[in-house]
Amino acid sequence: MYIIIIGGGRLGYNLAKSLILESYEVLVIEKDVEVVEHINAEMGSIAIAGDGCEGKILESAGARRADIFIALTGEDEDNLVACQIAKHYFKIPRTIARLLDERNERLFRKLGIDVTINSTGIILEYIKHELPSPPVMHLLNLREAEYEIVDITIPSAASTIGMAFKDLKLPEGAILALILRSGKKPLVPGDSTMVEALDQVIAVISPENETLLRQALTEK
Amino acid sequence: MGCSRVGARLAEMLAREGHQVAILDINASSFRRLPQDFTGTALLGSGLDEASLNKAGIKTADVFIAATQGDNRNIMASQIARHIFSVEKVVCRIYDPLRRDLYGELGLETISSTTIVAQMIKDGLEQQES
Repeated sequence: MYIIIIGGGRLGYNLAKSLILESYEVLVIEKDVEVVEHINAEMGSIAIAGDGCEGKILESAGARRADIFIALTGEDEDNLVACQIAKHYFKIPRTIARLLDERNERLFRKLGIDVTINSTGIILEYIKHELPSPPVMHLLNLREAEYEIVDITIPSAASTIGMAFKDLKLPEGAILALILRSGKKPLVPGDSTMVEALDQVIAVISPENETLLRQALTEK
Repeated sequence: MGCSRVGARLAEMLAREGHQVAILDINASSFRRLPQDFTGTALLGSGLDEASLNKAGIKTADVFIAATQGDNRNIMASQIARHIFSVEKVVCRIYDPLRRDLYGELGLETISSTTIVAQMIKDGLEQQES
């Protein structure tokens, strides 16, 4: 699997490092020559200097045989255009863009970027999750299917505790994929699985039914 | 979008012809390029920002032109105009010939001054030769 990363900042650097550990073939394209030298000194020749939106650079990077393209620069417009070039010109099957301004999410989605990662939004989600009565936490957006994977924790005071998951009136299209209980193995809810306090429910749902799902899981 | 030399000149020409023109730039100092008697509206703001675009009246615009110095900025703004606000005619200035060709295929009306000027110089030279 060949992965091209645009942007060798903190995010690109750490991602490259962990992908290499997992034995992926990785190439980082970064504008700043000093950053490129730093990465190459540490990880071997995996970085080249250049603009990740430039056709020639991508061509010389072997973009035509890349499987995944990840744009992680600090500018939304650069990430968008890099991904579009990767997708439409070099036919890379999967494109992932970092998003700085969440208001651009709709546009990126409309323009066919497979996955957008809103780093600020993710951090906010995690912080919110640590607060009392956590709302729904978004784990992953499944773009093409227009579904998302969410994590909902059952509050200790939920009126559904003791009921079977299968008896809950879930909104249309909702799938309860997994239940995480502290100290136990993850389990797929079966006919006899009961709701317990602090169960972490991993579910698939369309964004518009998210609130309904939370209500169904926590209120009788 | 973009009160660059090209943007300012174009805004001036269109306003003189009696069109209603709004020009956006993220630097107030760029507006110095507009003539004293400019009849259009100069607005401080980014063409990538929907609020600024709304202020510039994009919802009723017939034409959107992206003429900043940045190819990617122009491309993104043009796609916002086209796909979010459904502006009928969108013209996008792109320096890089590869990106010009690609976005031409993806439905943007693109102009690459690099290619056009190079071609004009070449034509000029060939005319002199013959």
